[in-house]
Amino acid sequence: MWGYLGRRVLSTIPVVLIVAVLIFLMLRLTPGDPAAVIAGDAATSADVAEVREKLGLSGSIFKQFFIWAGHALQGDFGESFFYKKSVASLIADRLEPTLALSVLTIILATLIAVPLGTIAAYRQGSWIDRGVMGLSVAGFSVPVFVIGYVLIYIFSLKLGWFPVQGYQRLADGFWGFLQRLILPSLALAIVFIALLARMTRTSVLEVLNEDYVRTARAKGLPNMKVLVFHALRNAAVPIVTVIGISIATLLGGVVVTESVFNIPGLGRLTVDAVLARDYPTVQAVILLFSLAYVLINLVIDVIYTVLDPRIRY
Amino acid sequence: MSFMSLAKRSALAAAVVAASVIALPAHAQQNTLKVVMHSDLKIVDPIWTTAYISRNYGYMVYDTLFAMDANNEIKPQMVDKYSVSADQLTWTFTLRDGLMWHDDKPVTAEDCVASIKRWAAKDSLGQKMNSFVKEWKAVDAKTFTATLNSPTGLVLLALGKPSSNVPFMMPKRIAETSPNEQIKEYVGSGPFVFKADEWKPGDKAVFVKFAKYKPRAEPASGLAGGKVAKVDRVEWRAIPDAQTAANALVAGEIDMVEDVKSELLPVLEKDPNVKMFNQNPLGNQYVMRFNALHKPFDNPKIRQAVFMALNQEDFLKAVHGDPKYYKLCNALFICGSPLATDKGMEGLLQSNFKKSREMLAEAKYDGTPVVLMHSTDLAVLTNLAPVAKSLLEKGGFKVDMQSMDWQSLVARRAKKDPPNAGGWNIFLTSWVAADVLNPVGTAFLNSSCDKALFGWPCDEKMEQLRDAFARETDPAKQKAIAEQVQLRYLEVPTHVHLGQWNKPVALRKNIDGLLAAPVPVFWNVEKK
Repeated sequence: MWGYLGRRVLSTIPVVLIVAVLIFLMLRLTPGDPAAVIAGDAATSADVAEVREKLGLSGSIFKQFFIWAGHALQGDFGESFFYKKSVASLIADRLEPTLALSVLTIILATLIAVPLGTIAAYRQGSWIDRGVMGLSVAGFSVPVFVIGYVLIYIFSLKLGWFPVQGYQRLADGFWGFLQRLILPSLALAIVFIALLARMTRTSVLEVLNEDYVRTARAKGLPNMKVLVFHALRNAAVPIVTVIGISIATLLGGVVVTESVFNIPGLGRLTVDAVLARDYPTVQAVILLFSLAYVLINLVIDVIYTVLDPRIRY
Repeated sequence: MSFMSLAKRSALAAAVVAASVIALPAHAQQNTLKVVMHSDLKIVDPIWTTAYISRNYGYMVYDTLFAMDANNEIKPQMVDKYSVSADQLTWTFTLRDGLMWHDDKPVTAEDCVASIKRWAAKDSLGQKMNSFVKEWKAVDAKTFTATLNSPTGLVLLALGKPSSNVPFMMPKRIAETSPNEQIKEYVGSGPFVFKADEWKPGDKAVFVKFAKYKPRAEPASGLAGGKVAKVDRVEWRAIPDAQTAANALVAGEIDMVEDVKSELLPVLEKDPNVKMFNQNPLGNQYVMRFNALHKPFDNPKIRQAVFMALNQEDFLKAVHGDPKYYKLCNALFICGSPLATDKGMEGLLQSNFKKSREMLAEAKYDGTPVVLMHSTDLAVLTNLAPVAKSLLEKGGFKVDMQSMDWQSLVARRAKKDPPNAGGWNIFLTSWVAADVLNPVGTAFLNSSCDKALFGWPCDEKMEQLRDAFARETDPAKQKAIAEQVQLRYLEVPTHVHLGQWNKPVALRKNIDGLLAAPVPVFWNVEKK
């Protein structure tokens, strides 16, 4: 197991390297020039060339890459072209909102979807099952920004229960922190609830027809015990996979929700940086995302062994 | 203790906590103005960049020697008095008493000289003005002089320039930073202090009242007069989603939205707690820019045909819909401003397609497709290019419209390559009216070939006229030259002016005192 973990951690190095090269090249191949953006509307061609020189963009692409990679290896991701702040501090500022939103979303989604999916499987063909599956389809189909605006209209503008927008750091008070996260998490969780509920239902249904479940029932175990300790635990591997992938997706993919609820997270930082061609920021954020993907997958693999002792690496 | 009593106590405790959370910041909120600006603040050096958000930041933190008032007249601001010698070659400026930097040091003449030099190295109007200046010199702590080579009417026009780049005053040690490098200290002498420690790009920029600021005695007017900060704190909140910003305004979470999307204006106008204010009466001007380097627009006759094919209303309606948010205007230098004139515009911009086709035939237009760059991500520009394509095609042009985001367009417009090899022929953009009020300030009129802005028009006569305007000190004669400039612009077009637009800002009804000016400023604003 430890050998496997060591190998997996080592395997992140080539993955991150390949991502670093790809993102570096793709950014340089994308139309757009940060120097022209920074120089402004009234800049002449000479002004733009001078800004390009100052930003270190006038050398060959190989030279630029090796300079950047050399600094990145020492943990220095450079300075944002625009904000003149270190990229590390920009990311650090944005990490908490994104992590908070992602964690609350996954908690909400898991707490709602797993029981719903399990009940739907247990009551297969009943109105509960049909209802859960119908709502799942609806959850998939309605875009998250529509859900967001509807939630804001009802719970913020009409009822006044929650703020329309914004984020409050945990250090500034738990209630304000939670109050501002509930609606965005709920809006975001709906898609994941739909996904997880369907996945849970399918997995539990498969397990419910297994011999060991029949045996457990034949032994006279209560239904709830059979469902939770025999069926759900054995159905958990694909559910954990979906939860893990969802966390990874949430870390980098909540830009729409962040925009609708005005949460200054990593998604918005990424989009702003891409639109402004802020190369150092984009490169660092994408590297962070790829690292997070690799690590989350590693954690999922470890959880497999806990849930199913037959799995060995 | 029974379960019920425990629950009641918990509920009571929660209510007390919630009430305290809500009650605590009430006083602070009364003195905090929360505003959603048109963009997030990214660059905090208003000399280094022309970005309007950085210019607006500049007006919060820095002060100016002169400023434009509500009647578009240049008035002294940091300057107490000034004089011009009889031969008009020596200008003497004396600073007001009591001017202080945010780090508690006094503002000196040396600081101002260094600031003017840094700004004049960067700004096109500053460069032009400085071409007449032999020397800037600090005479004593409060007095400095400009010695000229020859008289010019540009000194006050430039030092009182309202829009980017604005000649903001900075301490000497900061102003000595190269104009091509961003400053790293944010010390001004304006009515608000920038809280760099609270600045979170993408979230908020915070300013607090500068207690030691000494306002002028006159009432505030435009960008001039007494800059009295009436709120303790101003927060610029970055809310990129227009609908969310509007919702936050309706819910009272913010106090003002600077840039409201046209389609949201009717909704906000109906809200009982929201009011609209025409903050920038001069507004903005749409323009189509030609690339004079390449076919077909290397031929001025073909550029003239564009004036026949286009009309202003189709562009303005496509973006703003309601006529109360736009104005048809034949004047190149903005209707309602001192240099506005209709001269030479008879029969132009009326979509006379027949005449356009005739002119193209006379000019021997060979059907070369016109590469039109279409910006897709800025709401105030997105709908313009499709209108241009339609009108130009009706007028006899072949048009190849290529869509891209604004930043790609900005990068591409700097390229001199042929249009079919990554270059371009035309694109559309918008200027704040304050940037295009005269022939020298209007950057697109610069026709100095390689030294001109992207599009690179080359016209010696236009440059002579702009130079004559710069040398003239008599306003009546300046107006006459401006008319000649407009006529020359119609003969050898550098761009096409496509009308003025002007959207109101939306604010809560308890906000009072917002000033009408080319730039949104927050002194004089009260929260009742």
